[in-house]
Formats: sequence, structure tokens, C-alpha cells
Amino acid sequence: MLTTAIIAGLVLGGTYALVAMGLTLQYGIARIMNLAYGETMIAAAFAAFVLKDALGLNPVTGLLLVVPAGFAFGYAIYGVMMRPLVARAGDRGALEIDSILATFGLLFVIQGVLLVLFGSNYMSYSYLNIPVSILGANIAANRLLALGLALTIGLTLYALLRYTRWGTAIRAVAVAPQSAVLVGIDVNRAARFAFALGGALAAAGGVVVSMYQTFTATSGVTFTMKALIVVIMGGVGNLLGALSAGLILGMVETFVATYLEPGLTLAATYAIFLTLLLWRPQGLFGKATR
Amino acid sequence: MNGRLALILAAALVALAALALAPFYLGPYQIGLLIGLTGYVTLSSAWALFSGPTRYVSLATVAFFGIGAYTVAALNEVLPYPLVLAAAAAIGLAVALVVGLSTLRLAGVYFVIFTFGLAELVRQLVTWYEVNVTGTLGRYIFMSFGPEQIYWQLLALMAITLFISWWIGRNRLGLALKVIGDDEVVAAHCGIYIARTKLALFALSAVIITLVGAIQAPRWTYVEPGIVFNPTLSFLTLIMALLGGANRLWGPALGAVPLFLLFEWLSARFPDHYSIILGLLFILIVFALPGGVAAFAERMFGQRKPTPQMPGAESALARDTAEARR
Repeated sequence: MLTTAIIAGLVLGGTYALVAMGLTLQYGIARIMNLAYGETMIAAAFAAFVLKDALGLNPVTGLLLVVPAGFAFGYAIYGVMMRPLVARAGDRGALEIDSILATFGLLFVIQGVLLVLFGSNYMSYSYLNIPVSILGANIAANRLLALGLALTIGLTLYALLRYTRWGTAIRAVAVAPQSAVLVGIDVNRAARFAFALGGALAAAGGVVVSMYQTFTATSGVTFTMKALIVVIMGGVGNLLGALSAGLILGMVETFVATYLEPGLTLAATYAIFLTLLLWRPQGLFGKATR
Repeated sequence: MNGRLALILAAALVALAALALAPFYLGPYQIGLLIGLTGYVTLSSAWALFSGPTRYVSLATVAFFGIGAYTVAALNEVLPYPLVLAAAAAIGLAVALVVGLSTLRLAGVYFVIFTFGLAELVRQLVTWYEVNVTGTLGRYIFMSFGPEQIYWQLLALMAITLFISWWIGRNRLGLALKVIGDDEVVAAHCGIYIARTKLALFALSAVIITLVGAIQAPRWTYVEPGIVFNPTLSFLTLIMALLGGANRLWGPALGAVPLFLLFEWLSARFPDHYSIILGLLFILIVFALPGGVAAFAERMFGQRKPTPQMPGAESALARDTAEARR
């Protein structure tokens, strides 16, 4: 029972971490608070579902199609919707409010399209649904694969941002957008790239979630909420923070659901969120910025 | 000035009386429309009461609306109606104070995120309580009065809300709020009690929203958390206030009336594509009218009006400087 809960918590937490990494890139570097983030995920989950059910493509291969699509979607959305808002905004606060409102509209558009296409039923497909025994606990193989994928994608991204020249430039924009210009970094291009990368991570997260969970056209909002909470807990723009906060959140949720009451997971999430904000407003790993 | 004030007051009273008499001449469908209209004008005005001047974008509208509606559903057979309303207002106030005390000192975007999920949290807690403690999820509301009474109560609440926002805009509290919205550091240096002022306004706005939910609750005969905590209501309220202009007395009403009628028409004509249209409209409003209709109209008239009144030379000078500035 305990081992099962720990492994299930790790799987959930790994997914949350992956998903939150994309959001923290979008918010920390492109300065866009994207409320349609969860909808992007769910759209990717539906894409994986269609690929599996209609074309017989397994979700891991599906990732190779869906993730670039997520990148292209983020790239296009930034160019069409966000760029004019960035150009218009006088200060960071104005951009935050404008981006919240605009992506709010986007949330409804994506959700509406998904509802028209797929209806409001719960969806799932069966993939690698075979029990695997680890330390005496039985876990479905698809969950383990989801955890493995989440960790691989997340750590690869972390390594890229940490150890490549290109990653250094992106991080420079996150730390000091004004000074980044002085050393020849195209801030606008970096922001657009980071936003698109966030879209790709959302897509990856959606495919990973669809491997072991049911989902509906309207379940994006909860994912956005959880990703936001993880981002804030980990400190905005901090990838390692997002990773550890995601794992903590996944563990807490699984333990509350297993030992206390499945109906109270969101309340538990909120309790952590509020306590943390009151205790450390800048997040676990964040530096005080304002 | 006093004469003008009296005139405006008289006009407002005449308009109110005309609205109050309307149910005697209208059919049930039109009364239903009026209830929706009055409800949304009140909701968006109450939302703008706090969020307009402070620029704290609250997405918690439906949390309070739902609390009001659910209180009525839970207590309507236990207590007389006025006490039920008072209980709803008290619960709304208590929740607003708890939420406000814990979140209002957070920076803007954290507040948005917290309120974004607050309705979901309240819904989950109510659902959990109903399933585990009372054992039933839905509740029935049987009230002895008809839609006219609901309409009159809402109309009175709307008048009170508009009066409060007019009154606040005209005294020290309103000025303090504007300073807070412009720059909190400056406000603190001016000796404004930031936390107390924001909390008071947030609580006032929340109580009004709770009452709208409580008054409208008898429109449903069957209530369950999924119905009364529908997040679309928060979005609609926000978009209405923004379209009209959250910083003007009549702004929210100006946005609420056309949008409500449009949404009614859309949901009847295109029920399947409703949320797509809603989303596109939302994006369009954010892009096209950053300050809302009221600010847009003021800008348009503000530019045109003074020019013909000025003497020739000055007017040409004014035009030149205006063009140079552009």
C-alpha cells in the first residue's frame, strides 16, 4: 500500500513537474501568464488518443508528432496574439494582466473546439496496461513509462538550458531582460522561442497524462491550476524548483487521496499553496524579485 | 453644481421607477431577461467596485455567487427568507475576509491565480461535505414568490450597488483606492492603510455578489454544486466590466447590457459553438478596447468636443501640438 502510493505519487509528480516546466518557461522568460496552458495539454492528450485509436500509433511515437505540433502552436500563438500585447504593454504589470485576459479567451476557444470535436465525455485508451511488480507493489507499466518519459524530457531540457550557449542566452533573458539586449541577445526572439518551447512541453505533458489517466475537454483548467501552483512553489523561472515542487505536489495529492479522502486533493493543494505563499512569497527556490 | 446633482438624482429615480413598474407590462420571458440583465449589471458593478480602482483582477466572482445560492438552498426550509439572506451575506463576508486577509498582500498575479481556483476549491469542499456529511448532493428550493419579486430585489440591490460606487468615487476612500491602483508604494507613503482599504472594498464587493447569488437562487428549483459554481459566470462578469470600463460608474452597466443580450442570443442560436464565440469575443475586447467602451467614448468625445469651442488661433495651435505629440 505504502510503496504503491509512493510510486503513484512519483508518477503524478513527475507529470506535474514536466507540465510546470513549460509554464515556468512561458511565464519566467516570455513574461506571459498563459491561462490556456492546460487546454494545450488536453488538446495534445486528444491528439494522442486519435493517433492511437484511429491510426494505431503508440503514444511514444505519437510524442514525435505531437510535441513539434505543440512547439509550432506556441510559436504561432506568440506571434499572432502575444507579440502585439508585448509591444503595447507599458510595464510588466500591464503585460501580465493583458496576457491573462487574452489567454483566458484562448482557453475558451480551445475548449470549445475540443467540445465540438469530441463532446464532453471522459476519454481514455488502453496502452501497456500490464502490471509490473516493483518492491512487492503492482504498478501498471504505462505509469512507469510516463514517469520515465517525464524525467527524460525534463532533465534533457534542464541540461540544454544549463550547459549550452543557447540555454545561457535564454536564462539571461529571464534574469535581466534589459541587460540581455546589451550583450547582443534578441530578447523578442528568445521570448518567442521560450513560449514555443513551453507549448512543446505542454504537448508532451498532455501525451504523458493521456497514457495513464482519463481526461475530458474541460479538464484543462485543473492542470493549469496545478502547474501554476507548482511554478509558484518552485520559484518562477526555476526549472529545478519546478521539478521538486511538482514531485512534492504529486506525492501530497496521492497521499491525501489514498489515506484521507479523494475528494480533498484540491483543498490539500490549496492549503500547501497558501501556506507557502505566506511563508515564502518568492517560492521555495525563487529569489525575491518584487 | 447642486442643481445638476438634483437633476441627475431625479433622472435616476425616474429611471428606477420605470424599471420597477416594468413587470406589470411584460410577459414572463421578458421578466426573465430583465432578471438576467439586472443580475449581471449588479455583478459587474460590484466586481468593478474592487477590481476597477485597485487593478486586482479577481476571478472569484462565482465562488461568492455560489456561496449565496447554496446558502439559500441549504437554509430555505429552516429559516424565514430575510434571515436566509442575512445568513448568506454573513457567510460571504466571512469567506471574503479569510480570503482577503490571506491573499490581498500578495502581488497581483498570485491573487489572480488564487481567485482563479477559489470557486473550484469551494465547490470541491461543498461537494465533499454534502456527499460525506449530509449524504445528498442536490437540494431543492421551494419559494412562495414569483419572478417579479426576484426582479424587484435585484433591482434594489443594483440601485444600492450603483449608489455605493458613486459615493465611493466621490470621497476619500475612492481617492485612496486610485492611489493604491497607481502605485502601492506611493500610497503607503501617503499614509493610506493599504491592506485595510483593500480588504474593506473586497469584502463589500464580495457581499454584494453573494447577495446576487442568494436572490437569484429561487430561479433554480434544483441546486447542486456543479450548477451554482459554474466558472463561466466569473468570466462573463469580468468581460462585461472590462468591455464597459471598470473605472467608470456606468462602465460595467454599459458593458453588461449589450453583452448579456448578445450572449442570450448566441446561446439560443449556437449552443455548440457558444464557448468558441465567447473566447474570440473576449480576445477581441482585450485587443480592441484596452480601457473599455466608456474610456473609448471619453477619448473620442474628449478630442472632438473642445476644438470647435476654442477661438481660431488657439484651436490651430492646439491642433498643431496635438499632431506634434502624435
